Amino acid sequence: MRTPRIAALAVAGVLSAALAGCGDDAGDPGATAAGGPIKVQASDTSCEVARDSADAGTSVFTVTNGGNKVTEFYVYAPGDRVMGEVENIAPGLSRELHVELPAGSYETACKPGMIGKGIRAAFTVSGSAAPLSEDAALAAATASYSRYVKSQTDALLVKTQEFVTAVKNNEVDKAKALFPVARTYWERIEPVAEIFGDLDPKIDGREEVVEEGMEFTGFHRIEKDLWAAKPDISSDGPIADQLLTDVKEIVAKAQAEKLSPLQLANGAKELLDEVASGKITGEEDRYSHTDLWDFNANVEGSKAAIAALRPVLEERDPALVKTLDSEFANVDSTLGKYRDGDGWKLHTELTDADLKGLSDAINALAEPISKVAAVVSQK
Amino acid sequence: MTGRMSRRRAIALAGAGVAGAAGAAGIAGAALTSEASEIGTDGAYPFDGEHQAGIVTPAQDRLHFVAFDVITKDRDRLVQMLKDWTAAARRMTAGRDAGPIGAMNGIAEAPPDDTGEAYELPPSGLTLTIGFGPSLFGRFGLSGKRPAALADLPRFAGDALDPAISGGDIAVQACANDPQVAVHAIRNLARIGMGTVSVRWSQLGFGRTSSTSTDQVTPRNLFGFKDGTENVKAEEPDRLRDHVWVQPGDGADWMTGGSYLVTRKIRMLIETWDRTPLAEQEVIVGRHKGSGAPIGKANEFDEIDLAAVDDEGEPLVALTAHVRLAHHSQNNGARLLRRGYNFVDGSDGLGRLNAGLFFIAYMRDPRTSFVPIQRNLARRDEMNEYLRYVSSGLFACPPGLTSPDDFWGRGLFA
Repeated sequence: MRTPRIAALAVAGVLSAALAGCGDDAGDPGATAAGGPIKVQASDTSCEVARDSADAGTSVFTVTNGGNKVTEFYVYAPGDRVMGEVENIAPGLSRELHVELPAGSYETACKPGMIGKGIRAAFTVSGSAAPLSEDAALAAATASYSRYVKSQTDALLVKTQEFVTAVKNNEVDKAKALFPVARTYWERIEPVAEIFGDLDPKIDGREEVVEEGMEFTGFHRIEKDLWAAKPDISSDGPIADQLLTDVKEIVAKAQAEKLSPLQLANGAKELLDEVASGKITGEEDRYSHTDLWDFNANVEGSKAAIAALRPVLEERDPALVKTLDSEFANVDSTLGKYRDGDGWKLHTELTDADLKGLSDAINALAEPISKVAAVVSQK
Repeated sequence: MTGRMSRRRAIALAGAGVAGAAGAAGIAGAALTSEASEIGTDGAYPFDGEHQAGIVTPAQDRLHFVAFDVITKDRDRLVQMLKDWTAAARRMTAGRDAGPIGAMNGIAEAPPDDTGEAYELPPSGLTLTIGFGPSLFGRFGLSGKRPAALADLPRFAGDALDPAISGGDIAVQACANDPQVAVHAIRNLARIGMGTVSVRWSQLGFGRTSSTSTDQVTPRNLFGFKDGTENVKAEEPDRLRDHVWVQPGDGADWMTGGSYLVTRKIRMLIETWDRTPLAEQEVIVGRHKGSGAPIGKANEFDEIDLAAVDDEGEPLVALTAHVRLAHHSQNNGARLLRRGYNFVDGSDGLGRLNAGLFFIAYMRDPRTSFVPIQRNLARRDEMNEYLRYVSSGLFACPPGLTSPDDFWGRGLFA
């Protein structure tokens, strides 16, 4: 429908080039706000941000991970709209985040272990900025979500590479540990991946969706071998190679794709449909039973799409935003009961009553989310 | 294109004139005599009235019954849903779409506010009847509103109840002459309720097993016997008053004009029953299979003579016969208005028909009617050998709505 026409208004959050193969976009590393970079000292239990305010414009955060867990750093606008993020900061590393922030109230967050709400702190930006026009707000929404897709696909590529390497090295335990982590990035943006017809089933196809003449490949094929009674991945090298090739292709396509606001709205709904049809039932990860990782990733992806649209929704239907906030919170707290360390309980550890509760929470959220597309498409 | 016409508008309007007349005179139930024949199988029953429709309404052919758990803790949200349900129920029973926009008329980007499968179908005599279960009353500040008559049912001998298909905070009974219309109604109410309520269980029924009007022929249940001959009927205002409608002074005021609903899913062991000799089947039931007449009588509606004996002094109607044990003379005069349906949920893993009777009965006070009757049956009914009681439900169904701004449960939440 619409494409981002006013690129200058698009809020830019760019991670500095630390990832191999990571493209760059609109960032200008030189344009730092007064006061220089803001130091962020992250550990497994703390997130010390050197300042809690900045002037409007581009802020630069230098994030150092002094903990033992891989961490992430986010700057959120109200409603958890991601203004900028750096993912995958390994222990001992420092990374920079350049993010353009108009005046307003924000939150910073470190996410040790890369999960949960993170360790939050308020962050205030002062100065003047004109409110966005409606079209500009829609353009900003797609630009914001495009950045999300970029960050997720970048991480998907990195984690898939690690997973594939472990498979090819016949490291069963390591591959098992990486399987749900790599899939998290996939599941957050799955509706975008599904735009590219053939690639989705090759990467993520379940055994029963494979048509005659088509091979059972991708994540779930390797999952089946990894979680077999006697795991044997010794002959999965070619499948792993193909998975990486396919993921590279889809990452390139996803990052080049121009998404419309309507696609964001429908994507937010489709992610919950994924949860309702595949994750609740345990069909998705039927060998590993790591469905709750995917469940959470789908919800996070849905939330990211809604967060990108938030300024538009706030303007046009504030009551709907309120409902969505409360139902997202309900899903998070319901799902939160099944957290297990940095990960999630297995699907097989949940009772029927547990699953019914999750199903109810998803339905309660999905009905109002199905109304977002109509609000976005209003003229 | 039919444009913006509501899906069943023409027929709904045709039905409305008749329905209005019947509704106005329906207070004592006397004018209901010919209601079924007047609206036919396609027309609409009035939604408003002193009592809820779907109780003395001539039993339609199809059922979709649903029980919900309330999952919200927010009383206002629950009340708002009941208002939304009422509006949707008003529309659907009149043969219109569930929502104001409709199944086909909305914008392309939005999911329709009606699910569409009843598009262009007539109202089909749809009635929607709501009831509130005992489990609701511990919450939302309702504990003081729980009627004494809504006492939990005792455990009866032979009960093998599955909690997953028993109970519930709110029940809705949808009856219609077209199964698609009944299913459509429940589906749309469930959708409207998402986040506020969650479907606990639901049951489809086909083939009414009772008649609730003298206009109706007594149907047969899956044992092949006429069922409901002795039922309380719409044309019996005194019995309705004494046995079905909650009267002023009975207890909780908000229930005056309402009725208590008991549901029991009764699985029938069809295959073993079918191997039972005809005479034995008749002894067990206490009626002749063909005519439906009590044993020893010629016609279905002949008075049952429980004292009659044969040449050898044995009771004609066996002491363990179903009709004897359920008879009002054996239960302190207690009577029920039964409204059950046959069900077949396919077959089970052993190749047996998973079938039986979804028993529905309305009454003024379960403690003095259903409970003693079922105790009697559970202890001594020969038929129990062929029955399994697998689910149970108890609900307080408030009186009907009498003004356009009234809504389901207003008296309860006032």
